[in-house]
Amino acid sequence: MEKEIKNALADASTPLAQPDQFALSRRAFLQVLGSGLLITATETAVQAQGRGAAAEGRLAARLYLNEDGTITALSGKVEEGQGPRTELAQAAAEELRVSIQRVQMIMADTDLVPDDGITAGSRTTPSNVPAMRQAAATARELLTQYAAAQWKVDAATLEVQDGLITNKSNNQTMSYADLAKSKEVVAAFAAKVRPDVALTPAREWKSLGRPVLKIGGRDAVTGKHQYPSDIVRPNMLYGKVLRTPAYGATLKSIDVSAARKMKDVVVIHEGDFVGFAAPSSHRASQAVVAVAKTASWKPGARRVSHRNVHAYLKKHADRSRVRENVIGSVEKGFTEASKTLSQTYTLAYVQHAPMEPRAAVAEWNDGKVTVWAGCDGPFRARRDVAQACGVSEEQVRIIIPDMGGGFGGKHSAEAAVEAARMAKAAGRPVSVRWTRAEEFTWAYCRPAAVIECKGGLNGANSLVAWDFTNINAGAAAIATPYEVPNIRTASVGSDTPVPQGSYRVLAATGNNFARECFMDELAAAAGVDPLDFRRAHLRNPRLRTVLEAAAWRFDWSSRIKKVTPELGVGLACGTEKNSCVAACVEVAVDRKSGEIKVRDVCEVFECGPILNPPNLLSQVHGCIIMGLGGALTEEIEFENGKILNPNFTAYRVPRFRDVPKIDVQLINKTDIPSAGGGETPIIAVAPAIGNAIFAATGVRIRSMPMRGEMLRRT
Amino acid sequence: MDVTVKLKVNGEERSVTTDPQRKLLDVLREDLHLTGTKYGCGEGRCGACLVLLDGKKAFSCLVPVTAADKKSVTTIEGLAGSDALHPVQEAFLEEGAMQCGYCTPGMIISAVALLKEKPNPTDEEIVAGMNSNLCRCNGYVKIKNAVHRAAEKSRR
Repeated sequence: MEKEIKNALADASTPLAQPDQFALSRRAFLQVLGSGLLITATETAVQAQGRGAAAEGRLAARLYLNEDGTITALSGKVEEGQGPRTELAQAAAEELRVSIQRVQMIMADTDLVPDDGITAGSRTTPSNVPAMRQAAATARELLTQYAAAQWKVDAATLEVQDGLITNKSNNQTMSYADLAKSKEVVAAFAAKVRPDVALTPAREWKSLGRPVLKIGGRDAVTGKHQYPSDIVRPNMLYGKVLRTPAYGATLKSIDVSAARKMKDVVVIHEGDFVGFAAPSSHRASQAVVAVAKTASWKPGARRVSHRNVHAYLKKHADRSRVRENVIGSVEKGFTEASKTLSQTYTLAYVQHAPMEPRAAVAEWNDGKVTVWAGCDGPFRARRDVAQACGVSEEQVRIIIPDMGGGFGGKHSAEAAVEAARMAKAAGRPVSVRWTRAEEFTWAYCRPAAVIECKGGLNGANSLVAWDFTNINAGAAAIATPYEVPNIRTASVGSDTPVPQGSYRVLAATGNNFARECFMDELAAAAGVDPLDFRRAHLRNPRLRTVLEAAAWRFDWSSRIKKVTPELGVGLACGTEKNSCVAACVEVAVDRKSGEIKVRDVCEVFECGPILNPPNLLSQVHGCIIMGLGGALTEEIEFENGKILNPNFTAYRVPRFRDVPKIDVQLINKTDIPSAGGGETPIIAVAPAIGNAIFAATGVRIRSMPMRGEMLRRT
Repeated sequence: MDVTVKLKVNGEERSVTTDPQRKLLDVLREDLHLTGTKYGCGEGRCGACLVLLDGKKAFSCLVPVTAADKKSVTTIEGLAGSDALHPVQEAFLEEGAMQCGYCTPGMIISAVALLKEKPNPTDEEIVAGMNSNLCRCNGYVKIKNAVHRAAEKSRR
């Protein structure tokens, strides 16, 4: 077993490709744009095929061959730090048989790229990377066939390497640069992408699967990259919006005359929308302050706080909105059980808190608006801006510059809409950049939840019944991966008192927390080691492999036996979005001070063939450390529609000081398709910590975050 | 009443006439269009806005622009020459110590300040020196490696 595991563990620390290559590619990119070639080419392609080329799956919607032999690849996905720009460039390079330096990505510009939906759900890797590979492979076939026709040879005899097609029999060559100059080739790109085109198998990859540094990394370290909040347009103003004092409040009346008297301030007052644009953000904020006291509000918030929200959610559980899955009969299962256990777990509202709060710059010209925005759904933003401004979608262009984080929290485009409205009224470009307090207050939260678990064990300590209900947070990873003959899972809607939406891996964090902690409770009731108890119920071979690998790396069997006061180890595993994760942690607890310190995290993750090892490693690090926050400290506190901790002082996210010793092992499983890896690695963190706290103290904390004071109370 | 403030920004004399209540961060970004310095929290709790003020790290989101009068300000744009990279920038790039990269300028400024004081920092010293910098993506592990790498570069 040990040897197999060792072989399965991929080494993610291979030396990286030279960083300088992207400085070159950046210059090449500017040259392409500077020459106007790309824009011409794209317009030509669009004109040649009419609108909807993307919907029809035409090649020209994805790829363009430039006359300098480089390739421009188009994607509707958004780069927010998770790595799709690099990954998609690798995908195009792989199938076109060129080095990645020759691929320039254009992403998330609604005038240029296909609508690839929002960037969410770990979908780029399983959906958009294959789509890019299909397009690139189709293009390579077309180019090879064109060369074969010119030379009157069989295309199968030709070789393609580094953008050069070679006829080995006579060493005749044709480069992509030559081909780009052919009108026939350009016309051929109107062909549809062949969904059945042969893709390069993972074992033969030369670009995919190799370590590649982030494209744009150089501009990040020099400060040159312009994030949405950094865009500056000529004659631009800075906008601020008057916010309601609490959720649900509506404006009854306001007197904006004080702001109208302020020098250089443009007042935008349209119904409920009150905004101010000024030459500096400070001036715009002063305008908000000047009129805020004249506003009269009609309150609308629900009278509930974070302290009693779980009772509220349970009370308002809407049993008409139930998604239920049943295997066997839980009623029958529980009658067969010799031991039955029931527990309720809870989950707090948390914020995503990306480093860059929402931001957008809007500029109107001749009735059309261009908005540079920080959100992850460019086409959704286009629709929202068009609706809010009363124009057609064709009059709106959304560009999403690579932005400063999202984690599922930026599906909505509020700042884009606000900037567009204010720029329209001001007749000048307007930049709207939310403050941290606005981001904490007005961005939607990850849902809180009440999770009810019931399990039944028979005389042989086997699970015979499993009943699991999540109120309010959703159904992600609600299915148990364990073998139980009688299962009922249900996701029930409720009435959320604060705005809620997506988050990294949705409800899977909460569902996995409850399930994996509850599995330990059942293991304890059965008197069985938590690892053995899981093994006895686990058939899924991928999940078993990561669990066994993590236990082996961590030396679980000997560490679980060591008894050290206030020190404990815990483990957890889970599967979601077609990937598998397991974690073992060691936690030190000081029951007097209430400090819970995670000292050691060992996580093993598998998501099929790894596309870019160092990027995947970064994603897993990100999940583990973000997971620490949700597990131990993060909670949005609110009362009657007001957020009480909208800042980084009161809302505690993980800092350098909180980082434990981290051991990440990535399994490179090449016989299945790649799955996304930016979300699932978070789900094992909190339950492993909860289980370790129990091992250290005998106290079971059943709520996230697991705060130290909960230990003091007991 | 507006005041005129003289700043030496990245070696260049700049004069700004502005509301004295404005923060250095806003003046750098909105008046001088040096957008490499980022807003993250407005309360000195995330480090995205760090600059070197007379060589010492300062949260530009907290510093009133008047407090920077007649002082030298180094932003991420001024760390190295136009086409060159500072060893700390090189180290971050080589380690791949960024994901979205929004915290990166502040992290680099923080690391430069730390390495001035402690050219060969231990892990604990890096943690203590960088604890006021937040990353959410989360690059703490690779960032720490990058600071070690930068220290190593300077030793060479």
